[in-house]
Amino acid sequence: MNLGDLLMSEAPLRKTALNATHRSLKAKMVDFGGWDMPVEYSGLMAEHNAVRNGVGVFDVSHMGDIQLRGPGSLAAVQKLLMNDASKLQIGQAHYSAMLTPEGTFVDDVVLHKLSENDYLIVINAGTREKDVQWVRQTIGQMPSTHINDYSDMYTQIAIQGPRAVDVLQKLTDTDLSTIKNYWFTWGKVAGLYNVMIARTGYTGEDGFEIYIPSDEATSARVWQEIFAAGEEFGIVPCGLGARNTLRLESAMALYGHEISDTINVFEANLGRYCKLDKESDFVGKSALQTIQNAGGPNRKLVGLEIVERGIARDGYPVTTLDGTVIGEVTSGSPSVTLKKNIALAYVPIQYTALDTEVAVTIRNQPVKAKVVPTPFYKRAKK
Amino acid sequence: MAYPETYKYTKEHEWIEVDGTTGTIGITDYAQSSLGDIVFVELPKVGDKLTAHETFGSVESVKAVSDLYSPVAGTVAEINSALNDAPETINTDANSTWLVKVTLTNPADLDSLLDSAAYTKYVEEETGH
Repeated sequence: MNLGDLLMSEAPLRKTALNATHRSLKAKMVDFGGWDMPVEYSGLMAEHNAVRNGVGVFDVSHMGDIQLRGPGSLAAVQKLLMNDASKLQIGQAHYSAMLTPEGTFVDDVVLHKLSENDYLIVINAGTREKDVQWVRQTIGQMPSTHINDYSDMYTQIAIQGPRAVDVLQKLTDTDLSTIKNYWFTWGKVAGLYNVMIARTGYTGEDGFEIYIPSDEATSARVWQEIFAAGEEFGIVPCGLGARNTLRLESAMALYGHEISDTINVFEANLGRYCKLDKESDFVGKSALQTIQNAGGPNRKLVGLEIVERGIARDGYPVTTLDGTVIGEVTSGSPSVTLKKNIALAYVPIQYTALDTEVAVTIRNQPVKAKVVPTPFYKRAKK
Repeated sequence: MAYPETYKYTKEHEWIEVDGTTGTIGITDYAQSSLGDIVFVELPKVGDKLTAHETFGSVESVKAVSDLYSPVAGTVAEINSALNDAPETINTDANSTWLVKVTLTNPADLDSLLDSAAYTKYVEEETGH
């Protein structure tokens, strides 16, 4: 067995305020982008199933928070991000991205409109510093916009699953039934005033993310209260292992895998979040217009179901049935919910039709796979 | 974690129990715990020749693949094909879930393996548990 990658991570890595809590729960810890994070507690499959069927909780404080405020902030956001922020109402959020001038990805984000002239951009953990620098460089000279990196100010806790609303409702008087998907509000949570409560997440289930002060004592106390409230629903803490299998089943992109600075918006199938018709110019717009006018991308992200015995994993080659390499798996894993082996992969356009047969090279052997629709899993509509 | 004293161990976390010229091979409790939920096992075929310290198959959990290294040189006599349908048995009881049985071709290979106490110490040093 070569267990090198699985060895427990050692200091010094960055820690969230809940680090001691995770260690007291005997979580297996790993180095995730320089952060000492829990990869699993009771077991990946149990955690994954808890989120799909009940409720699970993630510490996602490693993610970053950039706030743009001032009369010029909408103009700045419109230049920085590909989606149309002018369509957002106060209390509404949407998925978006910062692009390079080539139309490839600096990072994907969730943009929140806190009020007129006040926007919160939630960014990935591994790209925090790069993103802040990119923001300053790209819009720092625009008028009447103040840029603040508030990443260390918040502990961010994601409560996810069909029972997440029941758990959180016990901790707040805010009527959670009035918060629609991808909307947010502020309310008193676990005795704390003005906690941002967002109906967002990265699991494909209903759920909430709350933003609380990042001091250790407060963070630990709120975490305990969430677990006390959730006990009757079988609540469990969930690590990055389950976070990955959940988001993969929902075909949600992970930076460095499905999106990166060498992959453009159309290749990644994220054109629906990219408003080329919005009036404002944004970084990457003209490159994408050129690609669109030339007929679109030459390769695209597809979902694969592995048909023969084998597990496709990140970086494995995708080939034609006769062995010619045509692409690569960006993320692959067993699907805990669907009980099949699935993957996302880039292939040339001519191989993207549903049911197209390809092969994935797994430990030097070709293993048959077929193109299937994504997301692989969709939660039942209520 | 208990590492049976009648077994010998590799630094790659395999165990072997020898009876005459037959060696029964599995992975240790530490290995299964590090891997997490095991979902897939790839084993050699009966008759395959194994070389000491070289890979002979793999064990996969949801999140990771790990190669299996043979503790000894030998010929595969039997494989535990029940693991194709129930790989998670390894998680439940790594010490008694065998993967392959081999007929040893060079019993001296056993001399370079770790005994239970040495393996326990090795795991403690490597990981701080």
